[in-house]
Amino acid sequence: MMATLSREQKNKIHPYKFILLIAIGSIVMMFAGFTSAYVVKSNQSNWLQFSMPPVFWYSTIVMLISSLTIYLAEKAFKAREMARYRVLITITAILGLVFMLLQWFGFSYLEEHGVQIIGSGSNPAASFIGVITGVHMLHVLGGVVALLIMFFKAFSSRRKSYSGVPIDMMNIYWHFVDGLWIYLFIFFLYVSS
Amino acid sequence: MSNEAILHGQTTGHAHDADHGALDGHHHHHESFITKYIFSQDHKMIAKQFLITGMVWAILGGLMSVLFRLQLGYPDQSFPILESLLGKWAKGGIIQADAYYALVTMHGTVLVFFVLTAGLSGTFANFLIPLQIGARDMASPFMNMLSYWFFFAAGIVMLSSLFVETGPFSGGWTAYPPLSALGSASPGSKTGMDLWIISMALFVVSSLLGGLNYIATILNMRTKGMSMTRLPLTIWALFFTAVLGVLSFPVLLSGFILLIFDRNFGTSFYLSDIFINGVGALPNEGGSAILYQHLFWFLGHPEVYIIILPAMGIASEVMSINARKPIFGYMAMLGSLFAIAILSFLVWAHHMFVSGLNPFLGSFFVLLTLLIAVPSAIKVFNWLTTLWRGNIRFTPAMLYAIGFVSMFISGGLTGIFLGNSALDIHLHDTYFIVAHFHIVMGVAGMFGMFAGIYHWYPKMYGRYLNNTLAYIHFWITMVGAYLIFWPMHYQGLAGMPRRYYDYSVWESFKQFTDLNRFITTVAMIVFATQLLFLFNFFYSIFKGRKVKSQNPWGANTLEWTTPINPGHGNWEGEIPEVHRWPYDYGKDGHDFIAQTVPVGASESKH
Ligand code: HEM
Ligand SMILES: [Cu+2]
Repeated sequence: MMATLSREQKNKIHPYKFILLIAIGSIVMMFAGFTSAYVVKSNQSNWLQFSMPPVFWYSTIVMLISSLTIYLAEKAFKAREMARYRVLITITAILGLVFMLLQWFGFSYLEEHGVQIIGSGSNPAASFIGVITGVHMLHVLGGVVALLIMFFKAFSSRRKSYSGVPIDMMNIYWHFVDGLWIYLFIFFLYVSS
Repeated sequence: MSNEAILHGQTTGHAHDADHGALDGHHHHHESFITKYIFSQDHKMIAKQFLITGMVWAILGGLMSVLFRLQLGYPDQSFPILESLLGKWAKGGIIQADAYYALVTMHGTVLVFFVLTAGLSGTFANFLIPLQIGARDMASPFMNMLSYWFFFAAGIVMLSSLFVETGPFSGGWTAYPPLSALGSASPGSKTGMDLWIISMALFVVSSLLGGLNYIATILNMRTKGMSMTRLPLTIWALFFTAVLGVLSFPVLLSGFILLIFDRNFGTSFYLSDIFINGVGALPNEGGSAILYQHLFWFLGHPEVYIIILPAMGIASEVMSINARKPIFGYMAMLGSLFAIAILSFLVWAHHMFVSGLNPFLGSFFVLLTLLIAVPSAIKVFNWLTTLWRGNIRFTPAMLYAIGFVSMFISGGLTGIFLGNSALDIHLHDTYFIVAHFHIVMGVAGMFGMFAGIYHWYPKMYGRYLNNTLAYIHFWITMVGAYLIFWPMHYQGLAGMPRRYYDYSVWESFKQFTDLNRFITTVAMIVFATQLLFLFNFFYSIFKGRKVKSQNPWGANTLEWTTPINPGHGNWEGEIPEVHRWPYDYGKDGHDFIAQTVPVGASESKH
């Protein structure tokens, strides 16, 4: 029974896609580590209470829109509308950058309101927000770089690629970082209040 | 996606095809020296790279232990040669305290991560997974190559830390803050720690790249007929190892990231209320050093199983082959591997019983820790019953596999002492711990590695190792290891703390002066014996007896159906199909029945 099963299973999922899925599991563990540390620490003494920067709401909306655009990009790719596909991945990449910019504004907002993220006198409560959000931003940046590579590949005349695997993987990854941010944001709102 | 596509890079979006795109459709790569031996994407070559790099580190790490053992055995004696070797670190021929701590720290880091993690699972996962599941290579050969080079880079960075002015990190392999977080805390906490953390971050990346690949390969690229329950136990063990790594290393990385912020950006995740002599009170407030311990041991405990599971897999495989009997309780072996993998995530706080952990919480960890003894005992029982009334061939690999079981039993039993939080108050951070984990992890892990090397060397190099040297190597190592570590139990029970530079100032430990000398002497002999192995290894690559038969051990698994010196792609024609499990030894009057033999009509069930 098992024998036949595994034979079919083999053709179902592309190994690279599979690798991506496990890598996502791995990233989840990393943030699980961060957020559990946050929870443990928040129950101890000397924990600063402050409210989240409002601009995080905007960055959340930007992230959600970018998920939509990458989704449409895949549809365009599958329909072989390459021009539209290129526009859509460009928009997604730009939205990714905008997201990071907004997060940065969030940090400055905190600093302006006397909540220091790093440096002498900073409280772990704020440092955690900085580090966790920062590491998430790096993951978004990684996605933007991947998008750029795909963008140039789409223009390359040397080699025409019709494999849907890269854009499919890009979709999965992008939705994942999107979902990750939403989880983190809700987590911050819930635990810090 | 087929195996062929992997090898010849027809997929898009991957750097592999950028270099090899032109070769699409051809059946043989034209390999230059660089692509064959250095930036190789052949899993077999990558395995050898891991192995040899691991061996280099084992020698360096082992040498460090000889040096600090010298200090422990002869605390007041001067060895002028040390001064010429280590310079200011051994002023007047006596190893200085800072140097001693640095040596202990580097020894631990190097042996745990570079030798027993990368050297062991890096080697055998790379070598065995494609060969034993019937695949041409890994899911992503390119990522696999990256995995090695990240490991290599981690090694270079760690090595360079030995040469900086303030010396390498010296706060113990677990790198607890504040020693790891504050540059002013000790000389090793300065540049040495920066390099340590960079090196370890690279190492984590290497492990993740490798682990992702191993999992994807095992789940997706098995040959026809190779169901999960027909996999050799080596593959199962390597699979769980990879899963543990992929789930626990990222948590360590988060711990390290917070540490980097504490070190370099003035945050206080781990720091609070600290006063340093000569520096004064630090402004950091609100942090908790225990937080780091949680994050570290959440990796740290799975890490010890990352080390031992591959050794278990190798021992199972080698024992079954050389006992000419099926492994006893294949499904129980799987089940216990699974149970160990799950439990290993639930016991980390047993390293923290004495850290101020809530004793109520501690009692849960006692229970979960002692539960691990159950699957461990199942495994031991199955190994012993596999040997029972077997037709045993005492090859060097087999001796090491049996030695592994012996070590695992001895060391596992002391684990049960330590798992009780009340007993641990007395035993924590004494030589009892040193004895426990060296026997159960250090020596057992090395023995698993040696078993694997002796067994698969003919497949790796197409030549045999010299048997006489191998037997000498085994017996001295086996007896020596017990002589070194067994007495440490008594020292620990007597309360002798670990990681101390000099015990001679305590009246109560003066009784151990001779014993310490004895241990040091044996350690030097055992270390010298490893050089014998090294000689055997490199000599035999060029001059060893040539392998003439495709299947020299009479084994069932797929790697022995490849040519004696397999090329990139492993099998020349089609990949063979699998028809049975790998342990049909001594069945129906046949000595062995390879996995590729179809099940006969009149064959009995196993
Ligand atoms: C029956 C199973 C085992 C039990 C109950 C057990 C229990 C323990 C406990 C409670 C400690 C902490 C002692 C202390 O620091 O006070 C410990 C330390 C340790 N154990 Fe085990 N252990 C078991 C098996 C293993 C295995 C299989 C390995 C490795 C393959 C291992 C590796 C280690 C290491 C490396 C340490 C010390 C780490 C350090 O502090 O530097 N143990 N063990
Ligand atoms: Cu443990």
